[in-house]
Amino acid sequence: MAGAKETKAKIKSVQNTQKITRAMEMVAASKMRRAQDRLEVARPYSEKIRRTIQHMTHANLGSNNHSFLMERQVRRVAILVIATDRGLCGGLNINLFRRVLSEMRAWEEQDVGVDLLCFGHKSVNFFRRFRELKANVTDLGDRPQLNDLVGTVKVALDDYREEAIDRVYLASNEFVNTMTQTPSIMQVLPAVSGSEEDVPDDWDYIYEPDPESLLEDFLVRYVEAQIYQGAVENVACEMAARMVAMKAASDNAGEIIDDLQLEYNKQRQAQITQELSEIVAGAAAVS
Amino acid sequence: MSSIQVDIVSAEGQIFAGEASVLFVEAVEGDMAIMPRHAPLLTKIRPGPVRLRHENAEEQQIFVSGGLLEVQPKLVTVLADTAERIEEIDEAEAEKAKERAEAAVSNADQDSDIQRAQAELTEAAARLQMVKQWRNRR
Repeated sequence: MAGAKETKAKIKSVQNTQKITRAMEMVAASKMRRAQDRLEVARPYSEKIRRTIQHMTHANLGSNNHSFLMERQVRRVAILVIATDRGLCGGLNINLFRRVLSEMRAWEEQDVGVDLLCFGHKSVNFFRRFRELKANVTDLGDRPQLNDLVGTVKVALDDYREEAIDRVYLASNEFVNTMTQTPSIMQVLPAVSGSEEDVPDDWDYIYEPDPESLLEDFLVRYVEAQIYQGAVENVACEMAARMVAMKAASDNAGEIIDDLQLEYNKQRQAQITQELSEIVAGAAAVS
Repeated sequence: MSSIQVDIVSAEGQIFAGEASVLFVEAVEGDMAIMPRHAPLLTKIRPGPVRLRHENAEEQQIFVSGGLLEVQPKLVTVLADTAERIEEIDEAEAEKAKERAEAAVSNADQDSDIQRAQAELTEAAARLQMVKQWRNRR
C-alpha cells in the first residue's frame, strides 16, 4: 500500500531534522558555557571602570568637566543595538527589537530623532527596513573582539562630540540565566551617576599629565568596555536561547515522529488485514 | 599600619584584588608610591611592574602592559590594557573549535550556513597551525 511507504518516508525526514536540531542544541550548550566564562572574565574590568566613572561623576571637576559627563538638552539620541548574527534562537532578537522600537517611538513623540547603530546581521536586516543605519558591524563570531567593535563605537562617540547626538543608549540582552534573557536599554553617554557610594561631592582629582586627555582616555575606555561587555553577554544569550529553542524543536520532532509512527502502524495493519482477506477470499473461491 | 584596597583588572579578568600598605607604579610622569589616604588622582601608567607591599612587608610584583590608574583615599584601581598573547590561545580549545566547525559542516542545512561553517573550520585550522608552530619554536 502506498500510504504506509509515504508515511515511512515522512518519518525518516522528520528524524533527519531532529538529528540536526539535537546537534545544534548540543553545540549551543557547549558554546554557551564558554561564552559564560568569557562573560565572567570581562565583568571585573567593566565593573571597575564603571566605579571609576561613578567617582568622576561625583567629583567637582569644574572647568575640567568633560562633555561625556555632562547632560545637555536632548535633540537627537543614538541607540546601539547588539543582536546576533544568526537566527534560530527563539524570540531573543525580536524581543529586543520590540523594546527598541517602543523606545524609538517614545523619543519620536517628543520630537527627538533616533539614530541606530547595529551589531549583528539580524539587527541590520531588521532595522534597515525602518531607517538608514548610521553604522553597523556584523560577523563578530562567538568570541567578539574589541577591535571589531571600536569602529562603530567611534562613530557614536564622534557624533556625540560634534553634538549631532546628545545621548547614547545601548540596547542588548541581559543574561539572567539559561532560560531567561531580558532585553534592556542602558544609557551610556553622558555617564550617569549612581548613588551607591557615599563619596563626598566637593573634591577634584590630581591629573598627571593633563585633565582633558586623561578624562578622554577613561571615558572612551568606559564606553568601549560597556559595549564589549554587551557583545560578550549577547553571545551567551544567543547560545542559551538557541539551546532552549533547539531543545523545544527536538522535542516537537519527537512528538511528530510518535504520531507518524502510530499512523504508519495503522496503515501497515490495514494492509495486512486486507491481504489476509484477499487470500481467504481467493481460497474460498477455489475450493 | 593602615592599608589600602587595590584592584588590578584587565579586560581579560581580575589580576589582583586585596589590601596593600604601599603600591609602587611607573606612571607616565614618573614613578609613584601610593599609600593610604592619598589624594584622588588620575594618571596613565607605563608598561612595567606594579609592586605591592603587603602589611607583613612582603612584596609582590605584577606585570602590567600599560593602562590607567585611579586613586581614591581608600582605594586604588588599575585598569590594565591588554594585548593578545599567543600563549593564551589554548590548543585544546582550537582543537575543539575545529571539531565543532566540522560538526557544523556535516549538520548544516542551508547553503549560507555551510559557507559560514566552512569559514569557521578554516579559521580554526589556521589558529591550530599557529599554536603548533609556536610550540615547535619554543
